[in-house]
Amino acid sequence: MADKPKVAFYWCASCGGCEESIVDLAEDILFVADNVDIVMWPVGLDFKRHDVEAMPDKSILAALINGAIRTSEQEEMAHLMRQKSQVVIAYGACAHQGGIPALANQFELEEILRWVYHDSPSTYNDEKTRPQTKFYDENGRIPELPQLWNVVRTLDQVIDVDYYLPGCPPSPKLLKDAVIALLTGNVPPKGTVLAPDIALCEECPRKETKPTDLVFDEFKRPHQVMIDTEKCLLAQGLICMGPATRAGCGALCTIGNMPCSGCYGPTSRVRDQGAKILSSIASSVNGKTEHEIDKIIAGIPDPVGTFYRYGLAGSILRKKVKFEERV
Amino acid sequence: MEKTNGQIRIGFYICHCGTNIASSVDVQKVTDFAATLPNVVVAKHYKYMCSDPGQDMIINDIKEQNLNRVVVAACSPFLHERTFRNATFQGGLNQFYFQMVNTREQNAWVHLDPLASTDKAIDLVRAAVQRVASHKPLEQKKVPIHPDVLVIGGGIAGIHAALTLGNAGKKVYLVEKEPTIGGHMAMFDKTFPTLDCAACILTPKMSAVKNHPNIKLCTYSEVEKIDGYVGNFKVTIKHKPRFIIDDLCVGCMDCVEACVYKEARFPDEFNQGLSRRKPVYMPFPQATPQLVLIDPETCIWFKSGKCKKTCVDACERKAVDLEQQARVEEVEVGSIVVATGFQPFDSKKISYYGYGNYPNVYTSLEVERLINASGPTQGVVVLRDGSHPKTIGIVHCVGSRDKNTNSWCSRVCCLYSVKLAHLLKEHTGAEIYNFYIDMRTPGKSMEEFYNRIAEEGMKFIRGRVADIYPDMSDPDHKKLIMKAEDTLIQEIIKVPVDMVVLSVGLEPRHDAQQVRRMLNISCSTEGFYIERHPKLAPVSTFTDGIFLAGCCQGPKDIPDTVAQAGAAAAEVLALIDRGFIELEPNTAFITEEECSGCKSCIHLCPYTAISFLEEKKKAFINEALCKGCGTCVAACPSGSIKQNLFDDEEIYSEIDGILNFDHISRELSYV
Amino acid sequence: MYKEKTEKGHQIKIVAFFCNWCTYTAADLAGVSRIKHAPNFRVIRVMCSGRVDPQFILDAFSKGADGVLIGGCHPGDCHYIEGNYKCLRRFQLFKKVVADLGIEADRLRLEWISASEGDKVRLVINDMVSKIQKLGPLDLPAKYKSWDSEMELLEKCVREQSNEIIKEEMEVISHG
Repeated sequence: MADKPKVAFYWCASCGGCEESIVDLAEDILFVADNVDIVMWPVGLDFKRHDVEAMPDKSILAALINGAIRTSEQEEMAHLMRQKSQVVIAYGACAHQGGIPALANQFELEEILRWVYHDSPSTYNDEKTRPQTKFYDENGRIPELPQLWNVVRTLDQVIDVDYYLPGCPPSPKLLKDAVIALLTGNVPPKGTVLAPDIALCEECPRKETKPTDLVFDEFKRPHQVMIDTEKCLLAQGLICMGPATRAGCGALCTIGNMPCSGCYGPTSRVRDQGAKILSSIASSVNGKTEHEIDKIIAGIPDPVGTFYRYGLAGSILRKKVKFEERV
Repeated sequence: MEKTNGQIRIGFYICHCGTNIASSVDVQKVTDFAATLPNVVVAKHYKYMCSDPGQDMIINDIKEQNLNRVVVAACSPFLHERTFRNATFQGGLNQFYFQMVNTREQNAWVHLDPLASTDKAIDLVRAAVQRVASHKPLEQKKVPIHPDVLVIGGGIAGIHAALTLGNAGKKVYLVEKEPTIGGHMAMFDKTFPTLDCAACILTPKMSAVKNHPNIKLCTYSEVEKIDGYVGNFKVTIKHKPRFIIDDLCVGCMDCVEACVYKEARFPDEFNQGLSRRKPVYMPFPQATPQLVLIDPETCIWFKSGKCKKTCVDACERKAVDLEQQARVEEVEVGSIVVATGFQPFDSKKISYYGYGNYPNVYTSLEVERLINASGPTQGVVVLRDGSHPKTIGIVHCVGSRDKNTNSWCSRVCCLYSVKLAHLLKEHTGAEIYNFYIDMRTPGKSMEEFYNRIAEEGMKFIRGRVADIYPDMSDPDHKKLIMKAEDTLIQEIIKVPVDMVVLSVGLEPRHDAQQVRRMLNISCSTEGFYIERHPKLAPVSTFTDGIFLAGCCQGPKDIPDTVAQAGAAAAEVLALIDRGFIELEPNTAFITEEECSGCKSCIHLCPYTAISFLEEKKKAFINEALCKGCGTCVAACPSGSIKQNLFDDEEIYSEIDGILNFDHISRELSYV
Repeated sequence: MYKEKTEKGHQIKIVAFFCNWCTYTAADLAGVSRIKHAPNFRVIRVMCSGRVDPQFILDAFSKGADGVLIGGCHPGDCHYIEGNYKCLRRFQLFKKVVADLGIEADRLRLEWISASEGDKVRLVINDMVSKIQKLGPLDLPAKYKSWDSEMELLEKCVREQSNEIIKEEMEVISHG
């Protein structure tokens, strides 16, 4: 036992889907279990923080951390995992690019708290109670809770990251390949995203049906149309992020009759996935005047939510940079 | 490169440009700053970088200091990028290991605060130094030059260019939209300063064009479309129907004689409407080619479909073809000379001069016809009312040097006014008054010409004419009063005259913009075509292979027009005889293994340079068709298209260089 | 204009992407005509406004540009036939993204300036500089630094074994 390399999993601001993806290894998980000691996995095993703290530095071969970093606790744990691990892998779209939690970067923390704890229609909170980081319980103890940060971050904005496994969640194949690479020491250069460095269209079965002269007369959202199951989704006027998104998922969404929403992030040659897909799509809007163009792009009512669905924290701007003065 | 072990070694140079740059930008400070930048091995400033010693400095430094990159901060790259690339090459490097910083046109000349100019220079120098590090060696693509030439416009400029080229053995297509070549010059009587007759000079050249074995003359034709690029232009020429079969017509004019209109009734364009023509006519007796044409706007057959068609019967050679259609022809040429000329200012735009209201107010071009021996009155100056003028007033600068009309000096009016004064005096013996703002007589023999004519007893009044109105004291109300301030004696004067001549200015043709778009060249603020550089490339345009001649580039007289046409022809010959042109290697390319085949780029290319390889399922850029705009590069959603000279990394490093500065050091720079 | 710094002594800086054929030439013409204008802009020459990748604009803002100006040929006049239309289409959509992410509209501008319009360069630059001066600096590098200051607290509190610091500092951050 003691000779087996140690692996740790940790979750931060995430939905649990990444944990599922580990289970999705199916029988391959036996291979993983045979070859490594899992020393931390909050969702599956009862190891505690102090167990990890007790380990010597760099004694863990690899820590796979999923979720964005949003609280002081997540940040603290990220640092701890970094300290104890030789290799840190940002696991999944949230750790990689910010993911869905990073959509919160469109708002101020106060705005979010006010909505969640006071203003949302389903909330009943006359005392306007807010979560506190510190309080006195009936036994006189003073438990402390993590602080919510103003900014949702990608893992590499907090700690040094060696590799990235993209996707919401990463495909089991990519995970398996990554584990094998780690165990055999056959690793790519630091900073590599462990997925093919080519856009999704490469593996999308609808690629054939995309015309070479596609222009957009209107944009539609998936709920507004009966989606043709064969035809390129862009050719149906739907915003598909496939051309600007890394392959590696096996075109799960487009095969499932939904447009790609970009969870695998951009290729290595792109710094800002949202800007790039926007540039590509907008170039083909069928209009030559502001008026004609605006009429068509009105079909994209939420461009930030559309083009930065998984990537806002990791985008160039990272976050809404200025907020209107509150009255 | 091996000598430097893969290290980047940059030489930086900033030019004083005499004092042009150095008076606004602290060149010492910029040099000191550049010396602190990573990879900069040499940083120098020099009085004139573009001079031989300046270039030698670069060449020697490359050799002695093992430089492998060069940055020069000087004027606009439009001016000397080629010069410094060449120096880089002379030093033994690939010429694209060079980057230029525009420190003169876009900095020293436009900002007032030397501190700000220096700061700006520093930012841009940092950007260029960062950028040049990622430059790659590039090869220029050679494009063969098709040896045929298109000349657009058959005025004196086009004629001279076509003849020069034809004489050099090149095939020329000369396209003229009017039925005859000759342009404005054909309408003139005599020309300054020699007073030789325009026709005597021009008509032999016109017939030389017509008979030249290398010149294909296309009159009454228009260039409809131009595709392609330097060396390989595809030109679509539309031949408008004359309703006369060119090959059969011998210009005998029998059809004109036979026309059902016994009297000529319609204003004659060539004579400025001072005489009449029939619907079937020859523009003027020396028209080239000697072909008649039928004007469907006035011909009764075209207007009503009813006519005895006597013209058809009158032609023994059966040359009249009332069914003739426009014909479109496509030709290939390697270069183009644009000689589309000017239009005279429309005097009606200055209402207080009364042109169009008072019959005795004439434009200078009308007077040219009036005094011409082959003009409407055979050279006898008869006014519209049949009388002969005893006093004549000439108004200079009509539609020139006036912010209400055209702000520029038309350059020829002073001299042609003097010429007309002389000719009118010669023809009529009348008293002549010249109203001028300034007498502008630059050029060889021009001032002498003016002095000679002035001694003939002309009156020159320095003042702009403010008003022209009928003289109520004249029993026939025919005389006109010209009111002006004589600024030399500071008095308002009123001069009664029988005839007023408006010396109209030259302005861009009404269709200049349309032609500009077709040619993809630029206009100056006034609307004249802009040359690549007024001194370094005065007949070139920003579009390779397209050259300018004559007044389409700006007002000029005949000697200058001919000289410019010769220069344009010489540039074309240089291009053809070299056989090829080296293109800027700023083409885009796709890395096959990076392309997902998303097809987003394919139709974005207006030159159809991008195709989709069905067997590989990848996009491919045909470098020969790519013009290097970079639109596909910006649009490639996976960043798989790159562009030489303007690659993402190069632009990012510029952005970074511009913005990456230490706020503290900047604050200190103001202390 | 240059000397009127904003309170913090920040010089407004605009990154300008000018197309080679029209706007860059116009800026040269402004020079040849000695048309003076505000010095707060730095030109990056591209062959066509169609080359301007929205990523460049974001990159410029993130590195400290207070404004980004794109200059291209007038509609119908593009040297490359229609690169400027592609630029316009991207711009129309992209400015919504930029606005949604809190950058004021006046900081991002697309202008058609032909080779003959040297004076328009002056008008546009001066207007843009004065509008941005009213808005004040954008200074995203400083913003990123201040955002990330919340993370520096962690180390401090680990050092001093107390969450109290975080809480106090958080109050300052979220209310100041």
